[in-house]
Amino acid sequence: MNSSTGLVANALACRRADRLLFENLGFHAAPGQLLEICGRNGSGKTTLLRLLCGLRQPDEGQITWQGQDIHADTEVFRRALCYIGHLNGLKADLSPLENLLADARLFGANPARVEAALETLGLLREIDLPCQRLSAGQKQRTALARLLIRGTPLWILDEPCASLDRQAQQQVQRLLESHANNGGTVIFTTHQPLVFEQGNVTQLWLAEAGADA
Amino acid sequence: MLNAFLTLLRRDLLLAIRHPGEVVDAWLFFLLIVVLFPLGTRPEAGLLTALAPAIVWIAALLSTLLSLDRIFKTDFQDGSLEQLLLNPYPTTVLVGAKVLAHWLSSGLLLILASPLLAMMLGLPARAMPVLMLSLLLGTPVLSLVGSIAVALTVGLRGAGLLLPLLLLPLYTPILIFGAHAVQAAALGMSAEGPLYLMAAILALALTLAPLAIAAALRIAVE
Repeated sequence: MNSSTGLVANALACRRADRLLFENLGFHAAPGQLLEICGRNGSGKTTLLRLLCGLRQPDEGQITWQGQDIHADTEVFRRALCYIGHLNGLKADLSPLENLLADARLFGANPARVEAALETLGLLREIDLPCQRLSAGQKQRTALARLLIRGTPLWILDEPCASLDRQAQQQVQRLLESHANNGGTVIFTTHQPLVFEQGNVTQLWLAEAGADA
Repeated sequence: MLNAFLTLLRRDLLLAIRHPGEVVDAWLFFLLIVVLFPLGTRPEAGLLTALAPAIVWIAALLSTLLSLDRIFKTDFQDGSLEQLLLNPYPTTVLVGAKVLAHWLSSGLLLILASPLLAMMLGLPARAMPVLMLSLLLGTPVLSLVGSIAVALTVGLRGAGLLLPLLLLPLYTPILIFGAHAVQAAALGMSAEGPLYLMAAILALALTLAPLAIAAALRIAVE
């Protein structure tokens, strides 16, 4: 496989409040690959994901997407990326439908995909309720519907299974697998023991601060 | 890109309509300041009239300050801001949509209410067009410049007094020229000078503020 495809991290270092989270961290997330970032609480998983999205600048090192620095041509990179973080980015006063329609239009995706995505994730009954009246799991599923709507090759997910029930967790797992099988790249963290039967799951362990990465 | 701009504008206006409390609060605050002034001053002929331009402008400034807080706060808290910064379209354009939505739900309402209030304060009718024009040129600057400070402080806890402290020095030129223009018009003199200066400040703010807001938001989210 060509080493310039997918997302490549090269000699990353990150400090947070004078504490070294990791240094000299390098990996390659190729198309068709599921990359799980593992580590204890506070080991810098979320910070690493935010670096990979370009929300934060690494203190050292470089991140490239399809051979291009992600900060060089941000438009190309952001068109390829769908990031779902801890905060779901949903407006509490708007319904899932309104939230996702706005999201689709903002990201230049096809708004016609919204209803199908909500149906896939089992949210048809809640489609017109304001998001503040949804349960935590329903909100999380609404946020994840973005993955289906935007149709981007790179998914960066911070705890996609948080507050989901067993069944929804399995559905998310299948979603990640089918995305990888279709040539997509997924980088995620999770505290749920997801058992991937097929696919190309690689685990990346972030050691305790200062230790060897 | 225009589609994204309009979508964000529509979403923010829809949110303002769904949650009208904050918009109405700032507007009522504006009305209250102006309405209370006649009660607190001597009923001497000419006193209120002389003060009217300053009163309306100070009330507009304070009311904008009150309404500014909401522009990025909920976006920061619910993660919409992260999504906004990861949007493929230029952040400056999207930020422009947010500031425009803020102005439509704050500055524009102040302008619409201003003739009535100015009349209560005894401002001569010939000064009304200039009052409205000065607010039309000045309130967008208040929204634009204010958004820079809000973007800088959005990630800070307990930044309550920091915002007015940062902003009042930046707002003084607008206050001075705005009130001055209305005063000149009330006395039957030409208000062109200060109005042109305000137009120049607006042009400057329109071109530079979105860049500063976008940069400040990137720092805030980091």
